[in-house]
Order: sequence, then structure tokens, then C-alpha cells
Amino acid sequence: MKFANLLKIALKALNNNKLRCFLTMLGIIIGVASVITMLAIGQGSKNSIKAQISEMGSNMIMIHPGNMQRGGVRQSADDMQTLEVSDYEAMKSLPGVAAISPSVNSGGQLVNGNNNYPSTIYGITPDYLDIRKLKVKDGTMFSDHDIQTAAKVCILGKTVVDNLFPGGEDPVGRVVRFGKIPLTVIGVLESKGTNSMGQDQDDVVLAPYTTVMKRILAIDYIQGIFASAVDESTTDETIDQMTALLRDRHKLKESDEDDFQIRSQQELSEMMNSTSDMMTVLLACIAGISLLVGGIGIMNIMYVSVTERTREIGLRMSIGARGIDILSQFLIEAVIISVTGGVIGILIGVLASWLVNVIANWPVYIQLYSVGLSFAVCTVTGVFFGWYPAQKASNLDPIEALRYE
Amino acid sequence: MTENKEIIRVENLRREFIVGGEKVKALRGVSFTIYQGEFVTIMGTSGSGKSTLLNILGCLDTPTSGEYRLDGVSVQTMSKNQRAVIRNRKIGFVFQNYNLLPKTTAIENVELPLLYNSSVSSHERRERAVKALEAVGLHERLYHKSNQMSGGQQQRVAIARALVNEPVMILADEATGNLDTRTSFSILTLFQELYERGRTIIFVTHNPELALYSSRNIVLRDGKIVSDTLNLSPASAREAFEALPNDND
Repeated sequence: MKFANLLKIALKALNNNKLRCFLTMLGIIIGVASVITMLAIGQGSKNSIKAQISEMGSNMIMIHPGNMQRGGVRQSADDMQTLEVSDYEAMKSLPGVAAISPSVNSGGQLVNGNNNYPSTIYGITPDYLDIRKLKVKDGTMFSDHDIQTAAKVCILGKTVVDNLFPGGEDPVGRVVRFGKIPLTVIGVLESKGTNSMGQDQDDVVLAPYTTVMKRILAIDYIQGIFASAVDESTTDETIDQMTALLRDRHKLKESDEDDFQIRSQQELSEMMNSTSDMMTVLLACIAGISLLVGGIGIMNIMYVSVTERTREIGLRMSIGARGIDILSQFLIEAVIISVTGGVIGILIGVLASWLVNVIANWPVYIQLYSVGLSFAVCTVTGVFFGWYPAQKASNLDPIEALRYE
Repeated sequence: MTENKEIIRVENLRREFIVGGEKVKALRGVSFTIYQGEFVTIMGTSGSGKSTLLNILGCLDTPTSGEYRLDGVSVQTMSKNQRAVIRNRKIGFVFQNYNLLPKTTAIENVELPLLYNSSVSSHERRERAVKALEAVGLHERLYHKSNQMSGGQQQRVAIARALVNEPVMILADEATGNLDTRTSFSILTLFQELYERGRTIIFVTHNPELALYSSRNIVLRDGKIVSDTLNLSPASAREAFEALPNDND
């Protein structure tokens, strides 16, 4: 029995029952389309989180004071004063560190004439721009000299500019007040928009850390250190170097806990990934169930079809179709239904993903493997759910089948 | 006609069924030989065992005991699949209710047996189907679908389908049972033409009238042969057909 002949027979039989064939396919179409769309949405949000994190600086390492006890009482992070400028300076020379900046910040009211706006001022070094992937759009960044002299200068984020200069005048060169301290605006940051956690990344004021420490907060410790590793793969190594250095500098004994916390952006991105992975799995499960329902639909229809076509099966057997020929015919019919349904489902899934992207503005990303996977699942579904009815058809007794009314 | 080749030889054929725990003897020792080129009618009332005999002759069923040789090959020891191949190569079935595939053209219906024979190319398949349809006088209706044809035409398609695989015998089961008198005679005429061209035909029927038109008549009753007579001068179905009044009232 030639396969081409079997294919011809099966196609002919399907062609005779177009509507039923289409309705059966519908289950598979919906199943596959939803698998593709759900996975595309899941992967899309994962990718956009990833992109946003890497925008924040993918090699970023954050050091905060932590875990200090005074007489058995744990202290809140704000009160901890374990990090010093000298720690920052010592870490500068570590080989794995590409850029490093101390960080001190203070919330407060910014005033420009009649306009005022509450924001946060970050005391940093110019390296901070590299670490956080920021750019100065207008004006210039402050210099090392400004840091040494604790110069009264600042760089504004776009949100702050919009609020302090609603008229649209150029802020560069103007003087704004942060609390009581007048600061000359020397630059404006390029806008970065909101990050994946909904924070406005443009709502910042940058100034030399010495200015914030001495003139605004009047403190002699720093609140944190931001650094970036040379590349992503050496991040862990660099963290180890930093830990060793800080433990040594802080004269911690073997048994002591670290009095600081080092976290990398990688950890953060892993955490967010695992969340979005869980979402994706959940969505895929729902879609998978609809594919299963589609498969059962195929079995149901094929089963009815075998009963309805009993006479035809009897005739085919009487003119020389063997059991295996009948089995193959029904199996091929089931596979054609599921594979065609799968292909249509993939097309609709791609279209739906695109619509979700265009209309709802959700990020989507269609992975090749999800297309391949759903296609494979369809074929397997066709064979699996087509097998039982096909088996039933091939086991019919030709005499009984011919007499069937 | 004894000089001709043996097509069918059955010896002491018995077939028993178990129905509701009771043994029913459908055939109780049937023996006969059919030679090439015979037109045999097998007759009997319902319950005479003629359907059982037809199923066995058609290799759809196997006897409980006894021997059946078709074209020199012993059938009762064959497996299901081997019998399917025998049906495909050596037997042409014609049924009472035509059994054409619905919504399928005449030519596709006729091609069907050849689709199950992988040694026939698609080109040859088409050629042979056209020839078979020409032989039954349907060369103008190759692409008519089965539901667009009358009963007589459908039965002609079915006969073409039985001819297309060049079988050693045509096995007809009440082939005129669903047709009106006129159409019956035209189909019968077709069978006689095939007989004249040397085809072996076995025609199972309960209608005793048809014995007039065959070359041999076997009558079954209660699973046994009660008569087996040669008809040396079969009546012409064509004349009977022409003698019928035309339907023009």
C-alpha cells in the first residue's frame, strides 16, 4: 500500500466532510493559538524586564551597610554607619571593578523661584553615570575638582526640570535651592522613563557626594557604594574580592557576620525572572489544557465518524483494504486535522500576539521553540487521539460493516 | 464448458454460527465447481444459507470445515490480510445497495480498488477506470458524483468498480434488488454482455425469474444444494428489456 494512495484516500474523505473537519480543527486551532500567544506574552514580559534591568546597569553591584548589632539590638539600615569614604577609595583599585561611586542621598524640597518640587538628591561621583547607564544631555557632568571642593553644583533629571521650569526655559546655569543650599544647575540628564517596578527614573538630582555629605547631611560616613564589574561573568568574583576587602578593613573576626550587604543586579534579575517564569508556566498550563480539550475533540469526532462510516469501511474492506490500510487512513485523517489545525493555530497565535502588542501595548516575543513545541504537540495529539478510533475501524468485521444501517 | 479452467471449487463446505448459545448450521456440506466463463445464479429463500455462501466465496468469511479453492489457491488457511489481498486482486463485488462512496465522482469510485494495489501507477489507474466505465456504458458520466446519478447508473458504476481490477470472478449480491423492472433488465443485459465476453459471474438472488438468464442455476435450501442445473440456452435480457412497455403514460 503506497503512502501516496493512503494520503489521497484520507484527503478525499476529509474533503467530503469539510464542515465537520473544520469544527474538529477549531479545538486544535484555539489550543495552539493560545499556547503561542500565552508563551509570547510571558516571554515578552520577561524580555522587557531583562531589558529594563540591563538598562539600569546589568553589572551593577550595590553595597549597603547592614547587619550591625549594638549590644544585641539590630539597627535599621539608615542608622548604620559602617561604610566610609575610605572603604570606597580602597575598593577603587580592585581589578574586577570597572566603575565605582559612593552614594549618599537625601530627600528634600527643591525650589526655583515660585516653583518647588520634592525630590531626592544623590551624592555621587561621575562614575555613577556609567554604572547606572545615565547620560548628561545638556550641559556637563561635574568634575573631580568639584568633588574635592564640594562644589555647589547639581545635575537634574527630566521630571525635576519639568516641575521646576514649567515655562520650558533652559535650566543650565540657573541656581536652584535644595532646602537652604543654593546649587547651580550644570547639566540635565537624558530621560530614562519609569523602570519595571514603576519608579520614575527621571525624578533625581545628582550632586558631588562631598557636597551632599558636608553641606546637606553633615555626615562623615556614606550610605552605600555603587559599582560595576568589568563584565557580567566576573560579577561574583568581584563581589568576593569586595567582601574580603571590606571584612579586612572593618577588622571582622572569622566568626563575625558581615556588617554590610552586597547585592548584584544579577540577583535581582534572577528573582524577577523566576517570577515571570512562573507566570509563563501558568499561562502555558492553561493553554495546554485547551490543547488537550482540542485533542479530545478530535477523538470524539473520529469516533463518531467511524460509526457513521461503518458501511464505507465495510466496502473498503470488501474491495481489498487490509486492517492496516483502514487504520492508516483514519490515523492520517486525524493527523491531517491536527497538523492543519496546528498550522492555522500558529498563524492565528502569531497574529494574536501581534494584536496584543499593538492594541494592549504589552511586550510580546514569539520564541521559535514555542512554535516547534506546539506543532509537535499537535502531531502527537493527532496520533494519540486518532489511534483508538482508527483501531476500532480497522477491527470491524467486513460482513457486519457492510450490513450496518 | 468443462474444458475451461476451474475458478471455484468447494468441497463439503460447512459453516456453523453460535447464536445465543445455540449452534446454527448455515451450510451443511455444499460442494460444487464453477468454471471460467460461467454465469451462475445461486438461489434460495432467506435462511437458505446463500448469504453465508456468498460471504465465504467472497473471502469475507471462512468455513467451519470443508475446502474452498479460488483460482487454484486454497483460501480457508489464509490470514485476514491475505484474504484482503485476494479480494483486491481476484474478486469484484457488486452489492444490492451499490455501496458507492458519497459525494465522490464515478471515476474516483471506480479507481478505489486500485488505490489498494500499490503495483498500479496513478496513470494506469485512471486509464483502467475510464476503460471500465466505458465497458458499462458510462463514458459520458466519468465526473458525475454518486448522488447525481440514478440507481441504475450507480449500479453501473459499481459494476465498473468490480471490473477494474480484472477479477477472476464477479460476485453480485442481489444486484438488481433495489431497481425497478426496466432498470433491472438493463443491468441484467449488462451482466449478460460481460458473460458473453467471457467473464465468470456469480449472481446471488432470491428471485427465481433470474435463473432464465443465467447459464447455470444452483438452488440452496436449509444449507444444502437441492438442484444444480445447466441452462444451455439462456433467455436474452435485452429482448426482455425491449419487450417491456415504454414509460410514457
